[in-house]
Amino acid sequence: MTYFDLAVFSKTWGMIFLIVLFLSAVTYALWPSNKNKFSKAAQMPLFDEEGENNE
Amino acid sequence: MQQNSTTLSFGEIGLFFLSGSTLLYGLVAASRRVDPVMEIHGYLIAIISLVAIFLLAARATKADRAQQDNEPYNMDVVKAGAIASTFWGVVGFAVGLVIALQLAFPSLNFDTAYLNFGRLRPLHTSAVIFAFGGNILIMTSFFVVQKTCKARLAGDIAPWFVFWGYQIFIVMAATGYLIGGTQSKEYAEPEWYVDLWLTLVWVTYLLVFLFTLFKRKEPHIYVANWFYLAFIVTVAMLHLINNAGIPVSFFGSKSYGLFAGTQDAMTQWWYAHNAVGFFLTAGFLAIMYYFIPKRANRPIYSYRLSIIHFWALIFLYIWAGPHHLHYTALPDWAQTLGMTFSIMLWMPSWGGMINGMMTLSGAWDKLRTDPVLRMMVVSTAFYGMSTFEGPLMSIKAVNSLSHYTDWTIGHVHSGALGWVAYISFGALYCIVPWLWKKEGLYSNKLVNWHFWISTLGILLYICAMWVSGIMQGLMWRAYDQYGFLEYSFIESVEAMHPYYFIRALGGLLFVLGSLIMAYNLWKTVKSGASVVTPQPSKAPTLRQGEAA
Repeated sequence: MTYFDLAVFSKTWGMIFLIVLFLSAVTYALWPSNKNKFSKAAQMPLFDEEGENNE
Repeated sequence: MQQNSTTLSFGEIGLFFLSGSTLLYGLVAASRRVDPVMEIHGYLIAIISLVAIFLLAARATKADRAQQDNEPYNMDVVKAGAIASTFWGVVGFAVGLVIALQLAFPSLNFDTAYLNFGRLRPLHTSAVIFAFGGNILIMTSFFVVQKTCKARLAGDIAPWFVFWGYQIFIVMAATGYLIGGTQSKEYAEPEWYVDLWLTLVWVTYLLVFLFTLFKRKEPHIYVANWFYLAFIVTVAMLHLINNAGIPVSFFGSKSYGLFAGTQDAMTQWWYAHNAVGFFLTAGFLAIMYYFIPKRANRPIYSYRLSIIHFWALIFLYIWAGPHHLHYTALPDWAQTLGMTFSIMLWMPSWGGMINGMMTLSGAWDKLRTDPVLRMMVVSTAFYGMSTFEGPLMSIKAVNSLSHYTDWTIGHVHSGALGWVAYISFGALYCIVPWLWKKEGLYSNKLVNWHFWISTLGILLYICAMWVSGIMQGLMWRAYDQYGFLEYSFIESVEAMHPYYFIRALGGLLFVLGSLIMAYNLWKTVKSGASVVTPQPSKAPTLRQGEAA
């Protein structure tokens, strides 16, 4: 494999791979049925005391 | 760990062997005297190894160590991290003040090599970035991962190895600079043997973090942990690749890098810019995503935005490095690539800033009453400002004016002091009362003083550097009517003197602020009112929390 082959591969397949990966992360974040899960997750820092509550 | 207190754990045996071999190595290296740096470091390695063996033996004979391991969380190592980061913060800022004064008054290097600017400068950058920032990151990550996973930190001695191993790395790096050891790579100055040591510590850090995530009791991994994990993994990769080299001799300090010329430069700036992106940004964003919601007692403004923020930051930052090499031998396409990705970084950076700030929506009044929260919110404002300025400076036309001038220094410090240090101070002000089970800080008034003194210091610093940087850039590119340079270099140096003085003044204020913080934290631990702990209610609440 020459430098040229590697460059062509990364500029085509590599780019497609990264874009698809990124778009799937965005889709996951915006998927409507995940809404509940995320609003629960957002509360995590606020209620983490309960595990060993010292108050 | 259900081991009997008389038998040694796997980690303890491993550490005995490790300390034994480093002791041997240190003694041989010191006696071989290949070069002066390794001679001194050999003795230092031997002394540290002896202390480690002594401490391990003391630990092995302690009867109650198995009992300690049964506590729900390992907070002792977090406490140690809070102390270490406060200490290194003050030291790092103070060294920065010294070199700022040296630039204004060069005779302050006292004509000795040990206090030369070239040696003190890496001491300052490593002390603030790696010693202060690194300890803050390790400390808060150990805290946040335990709390949000509801799991005790993995390993019994491993977290302590990470903590002490990291302090040893700092001491080795710092002493190395002063006695003249360097591999001349910015932000990666320590020589090969110190790099190897850090690799060992960092891999252990990664394993401790991963295993803690693995045994979590919460199904979802909170977004802050994603940022911490990205920081740990990427720093490991950057460190390994940029420091790839071959030592000249096994018992000498000198080594040569595997890369040369343009490739070396590109690797170095890929490393250094991602140190900014993943050490000074991703890691501290993790702090933002935990401590701001926690302190404001409100959930993060948009959890969805935080996920997009994370992935966008990860995908874009890694390509931005070439903007440090505009108008050099680096191919044009690579320069343009670096510039383009830097500009695209505006989006995740501002998305993240908005997410942090808007967490306060509906609770803005807290900015007036809680100086700690104010400090953290101002830090996100500085994050927004410096991540606006950075991409601007990466544009080639702007860079042709700003590069190699003080504008860069000013930019770095608005990010480092305004964003990184402020979010760290906020985290320290939060975490110290939590860890030592105090009702609050010793004095909110002192936090206010710290805030205003340091903010004034930062403003003096960055304004002075803006003016001096742009002036430098303009003087260097000024031509007279015959096509000759208008100014000699020394004329631009002379013109910078007043700004260097103002910068040192700003630095002095920042050091004063950090001393106020150290005093306040010390008094909080020593004399603050303790939180009342009703012991019997402990078990039922635990079950409730787990069921929810």
